[in-house]
Amino acid sequence: MSTETAAGRFGRYGGRYVPETLVPALLELEEAYAAASADPAFGEEVARVLREFVGRPTTLTPARRLTEAWGGADVWLKREDLAHTGAHKINNTVGQVLLAKRMGKKRIIAETGAGQHGVATATACALFGLPCEVYMGALDVERQALNVFRMRALGAVVRPVESGSRTLKDAMNEAMRTWVSQVSDTHYVIGSAAGPHPYPTVVRDFQAVIGRELRTQAQAAWGGLPDAIIACVGGGSNAIGVLHPFIGDASVRLVGVEAGGHGLASKQHGASLTLGTEGVLHGSRSLVLQDEDGQIQEAHSISAGLDYPGVGPELAHLAKTGRMEVRTATDDEALAAFYEVARLEGILPALETSHAFARGRELARELGAGRHLVINCSGRGDKDVATISARGVPPPVGVKA
Amino acid sequence: MSGEIAQAFARAKARGEGVLVAYAMAGDPDLPRSVDVFAALVEGGADILELGVAFSDPIADGPVIQGAAERALKAGSTLKRVLDEVVPAVRQRCPQTPLVIMTYVNVIMAMGEARYAKLARERGVSGTILPDLPPEESAALRATFDAEGMDLIPLCAPTTPPARAQAIAKDGRGFVYCVSVSGVTGMRAELPPDLSQRLDLVRKAASVPIVAGFGISTEEQARTLSAHADGVVVGSALVRAAHTEGPAAAKALCADIKRGLRR
Ligand SMILES: Cc1ncc(COP(=O)(O)O)c(C=O)c1O
Repeated sequence: MSTETAAGRFGRYGGRYVPETLVPALLELEEAYAAASADPAFGEEVARVLREFVGRPTTLTPARRLTEAWGGADVWLKREDLAHTGAHKINNTVGQVLLAKRMGKKRIIAETGAGQHGVATATACALFGLPCEVYMGALDVERQALNVFRMRALGAVVRPVESGSRTLKDAMNEAMRTWVSQVSDTHYVIGSAAGPHPYPTVVRDFQAVIGRELRTQAQAAWGGLPDAIIACVGGGSNAIGVLHPFIGDASVRLVGVEAGGHGLASKQHGASLTLGTEGVLHGSRSLVLQDEDGQIQEAHSISAGLDYPGVGPELAHLAKTGRMEVRTATDDEALAAFYEVARLEGILPALETSHAFARGRELARELGAGRHLVINCSGRGDKDVATISARGVPPPVGVKA
Repeated sequence: MSGEIAQAFARAKARGEGVLVAYAMAGDPDLPRSVDVFAALVEGGADILELGVAFSDPIADGPVIQGAAERALKAGSTLKRVLDEVVPAVRQRCPQTPLVIMTYVNVIMAMGEARYAKLARERGVSGTILPDLPPEESAALRATFDAEGMDLIPLCAPTTPPARAQAIAKDGRGFVYCVSVSGVTGMRAELPPDLSQRLDLVRKAASVPIVAGFGISTEEQARTLSAHADGVVVGSALVRAAHTEGPAAAKALCADIKRGLRR
């Protein structure tokens, strides 16, 4: 089932609000992507790389101790944290870099927040032999030192961005500015299901492998569909990837969890679906955090990957039409969830993912016993250990402190 | 369509000159002093003023104009305040000079397209340039603007294929803004070699005058381009001059460029 109401439009959202200089490149990308999608050889190549290199399919893991602790639905985890480079981001970068090669592009640029998309892009570029430049807010460069090292080790150039809030939105501005100057031989790998058409569609399609696998795995595990699927939402690529294949299944509740930051009343959050208003940011019309004069507000989240004042247009449409339920989790709730998952399941989830876990308990109880709740485990928390450990570690389990 | 822009081009042509469209950021360094900058640009010979309205995320702008936008936002510049405070003051000091607003689509959407068009026309704005609104997205906005007599000035880029450029030019409003370089705003030592050819193509198809902009900062560049366009836009160079040396320096630069536009 498609939510695309016209090419690149999801109800009121989507479109292509970019400098004229970029329009021909977007038309070229749209055409090249349509041709690639229709070419079984391309699909097979993407699938082969995902299998051989990325480690797909990722497993669907029963979370038995969380199920017991939460006292509701059976909890299952779709393990994108087990994909190579540690997050779902690689699904998209493998697809886009293969597409760029097919288009004859000579170099790749990307933006990154948490650094996961930057690492995934640098990885795909190393694998396929293309030079790679990653724009990253200077604040995120500080917060995510491990990922900065990984990108550099993989041969990418990391360019810290000093303008604006020095986070993801500014990195994306800078990547777009660079792309305008180098559009003839450069492909811009956008990291979330956001940006101008055709990016939201391209990224969603490459990420939808998550939901397609989940369908098959759920059939095998309990012979049905999930009753609810929950995912964190920054730009929205892991969410749309796991949810999209289920949009037409009315029995499946789709739930997105946004960054509540210091709380919705604090104005320091990343909850664009919950509190955003219609606007244009980074080339598409969607829901954005802005003031009444149309200036984009700085988002805040403990997780760099959710620290974004916009959201992909398809998720905005799903949220506004009520097909997707939207909730939020604060920084503190995400941190608490991080330790709960670590200690009950032996998994260190990414801080982004921890937002989804933070709303898991309620949802499991709402659903009740015998139902199936799937949490999209979008990535692993290795990159976040500096941020998390700086706040102190709770005492060990079963040992007197 | 607003007649003021057409008249400015006709006046310049009658004097044997190309038109200088001079850009500065409204609200940089603050609202009242930016009025002084605009007045200085006109004293230096600017024929049309382009008033930048700051946006927090200016993807079409290079470092000089980004910096100006940051200063303007800090000084409290908003579209509403520019229309209430800057535009009327500039109109009063430069009653003959058509005014064009340049900003990003989100700023206009936030005010409401129809409300903006009406208010801006009332205050004396003739045209609007939105660098992130390509033709595919502009139909509804342009209809709203047309109804108010506000020109939505289209842009052509170096990457725009000829047929698309001709279509944009044929259906232009006010003037066609031909972006000279693939890239963001900012000074360039050299302009692309195929620029004059592109300008000739657009000019032939255009129903309105055409100007070249982005990267232009010298008398020499203005002289070269004025053979192929009806005028030039100068932005970053003026913004930088006004910021570092004050309005008089921007005025002097306008005068230099005007010399290059004499035919
Ligand atoms: C592990 C992880 N999850 C989620 C996100 C948020 O991105 P999206 O909302 O596009 O899935 C990120 C972004 O960096 C991430 O690294």
